[in-house]
Amino acid sequence: MTTETTTPTTATGAATAAPAGVLDGENPYTLSHLDALESEAVHIFREVAGEFERPVLLFSGGKDSIVMLHLALKAFWPAPVPFALLHVDTGHNFPEVIAYRDRVVARHGLRLEVASVQEYIDSGRLRERPDGTRNPLQTVPLLDAIEKGRFDAVFGGGRRDEEKARAKERVFSLRDEFGAWDPRRQRPELWQLYNGRHAPGEHVRVFPLSNWTELDVWQYIEREHIELPEIYFAHEREVFQRNGMWLTAGDWGGPKDGETVERRVVRYRTVGDMSCTGAVASDATTVEAVIAEIAESRLTERGATRADDKLSEAAMEDRKREGYF
Amino acid sequence: MTSQLTTDTDTTPSEDAASATSLLRFATAGSVDDGKSTLVGRLLHDSKSVLADQLEAVEAASRRRGQDAPDLALLTDGLRAEREQGITIDVAYRYFATPRRRFILADTPGHVQYTRNMVTGASTAELAVVLVDARNGVVEQTRRHAAVAALLRVPHVVLAVNKMDLVDYAEDTFRRIADEFSGYAASLGVPEITAIPISALVGDNVVVPSTAMDWYTGPTLLEHLETVPVVGDPSTAPVRLPVQYVIRPQGAAGVPEELRDYRGYAGQLTSGVLRVGDTVRVLPSGATTTVAGIDLLGRSVDIAWAPQSVTVLLADELDISRGDLLATEATAPEPVKDVEATVCHLHERPLRAGDRVLLRHTTRTVRAIVKEIEHRLDIDTLERGPAPDGLGVNDIGRVRLRTAEPLALDDYATSRSTGSFLLVDPADGTTLTAGMAGEAFAGAAAERP
Repeated sequence: MTTETTTPTTATGAATAAPAGVLDGENPYTLSHLDALESEAVHIFREVAGEFERPVLLFSGGKDSIVMLHLALKAFWPAPVPFALLHVDTGHNFPEVIAYRDRVVARHGLRLEVASVQEYIDSGRLRERPDGTRNPLQTVPLLDAIEKGRFDAVFGGGRRDEEKARAKERVFSLRDEFGAWDPRRQRPELWQLYNGRHAPGEHVRVFPLSNWTELDVWQYIEREHIELPEIYFAHEREVFQRNGMWLTAGDWGGPKDGETVERRVVRYRTVGDMSCTGAVASDATTVEAVIAEIAESRLTERGATRADDKLSEAAMEDRKREGYF
Repeated sequence: MTSQLTTDTDTTPSEDAASATSLLRFATAGSVDDGKSTLVGRLLHDSKSVLADQLEAVEAASRRRGQDAPDLALLTDGLRAEREQGITIDVAYRYFATPRRRFILADTPGHVQYTRNMVTGASTAELAVVLVDARNGVVEQTRRHAAVAALLRVPHVVLAVNKMDLVDYAEDTFRRIADEFSGYAASLGVPEITAIPISALVGDNVVVPSTAMDWYTGPTLLEHLETVPVVGDPSTAPVRLPVQYVIRPQGAAGVPEELRDYRGYAGQLTSGVLRVGDTVRVLPSGATTTVAGIDLLGRSVDIAWAPQSVTVLLADELDISRGDLLATEATAPEPVKDVEATVCHLHERPLRAGDRVLLRHTTRTVRAIVKEIEHRLDIDTLERGPAPDGLGVNDIGRVRLRTAEPLALDDYATSRSTGSFLLVDPADGTTLTAGMAGEAFAGAAAERP
């Protein structure tokens, strides 16, 4: 995050009387779409802080969770963010992302909890999948961490534009004691009245970025000068091709025999488990260049880079029913 | 160490205004047979919001079902049960953009049993698209959609007369339907109606102007969506700020000395323009005080307007907490414990007189009793009938409630935010009912017996 050490004071630096941030046109009070989305997301953060006992923010070090954290910092300024971060660590992380995570936590004095897939595998509580993908394995450590931390609200960076099952997800999504999502039993969500009531043992997943698109996220990153892990920008790295995707070579089990490592200039559109997050060929080294690239792209973010979503037509829906995000 | 945000003045949002666009939330209504899925698919497709991998997935799924052409409805039917049954069972939200505007589309199923879904979609919509089949004209369902849009006070209604290609693009057919619909909608108090002749299948007047209907000189549907005014002028509306959360940095580690006395009331302005120096009334207590400062997400400003999320500093130390409402002094609503409202019942569990519920209004939740179900409204005929068994799922009706604590409730006609509420089952938290305080319709229908 770009955060200056200056402390804004309430007595000085007031904006001029004319509304700032308005669009061209007759009505000086129109908000830009980014201002409207920001205001809505902040409203959601504050609702949760006001209604729940123990919220937690899922933080992967990916751009969506980074934007969520930025919004949370703004929502409660000048007080600190009133909840901890939870990282479900697959053990197959990009080192740049872990370094970023630790930097941000230290800079803002946040509390970080880590649920480790590797520990579950080492202790025999989870078995490695034959395909080596660990994204689906996150569900058990996540649900355990929610139970252990007695978290009643869990912020996730899911966006409805990501996937068609997510298009039906509520902003406040009630999960049962197994963390399961039942699309037929969702509460209707009207106006901005979010109902977070839940029984003991149940929790609510909260998605402040529900109405944002990938492009909105990037435009907001640009506007707010938010720092991201370097892997989002074009850089040379060792990759190999599998199922049409460029995967990063690493300790997690790639490449296999017959797969050749090459040095290529790539960047990532999403940050996930290394085993199933593909890189895209790109020479975009700035936020501006990335935005231009996304605007031109004919592929969705997940279509381009996520192997696990391609497993079946309902892959995401099925995983969400099991408690995944 | 505390969290601090940049106050770098180089990054004021006005700098981005040139590249920024506004946001329009709209809802569609219409049955499957009217071609709604095709229209939504067409809007997404022709505005280039469907990307290659999504289209490939739809093509593959269509082939598996033995269809030759890609079925654009598959773009919008996201759930397994929907694909299996070929129906839409729930509101879905779609996103697309043009260089002029961003759109959030609440895609709502049109079947009668899903009235609650249209109500849900319409509750946040600034515009509703009501679709009719040009061959059938205004039917019962069309009247229902118009009534729901009127009830929810959606500011703009578009009548899309679809399948014009099947009526030889006849102007008089379009005129007849448009006149009948406009007359009906106006009688319900719908403030603005725009009728557009289209063919979603062929693409006439959806994104591209039709060459087959040179008699139509108005905008295409997308053009209209791009240019319709998104919000009214908030400076003419009273200030309403439900307090969500009290921000008090004191006590947190590393908080600077100058923030020791900081006490800010955080919330989203639901209407009006708020300035430093304004006198505001705190409800329900009734105390008045002056706005000493406004923080807009990390920077200090002297003016803010709906729907901005702000933090307000007040001149006096008052007992204010989540659930209170800050309002313009002169127009502050009188807190009430007796509420009359039109409701849409959302749950299979019926709502009956005598039920004890929780009432959620803005950021406040209070206990309430359903004193009386005055009538059930037939949304097709607008006739009021008795409701001896209470209100069932998808029923719309008139109720009287008594609350345990006073509520600073506006008429829904004045404010869609501070005039709306939910009824919640205190036992398990289920959302039961959506409510709108005050008169149901603005037009002549309000006077019907």
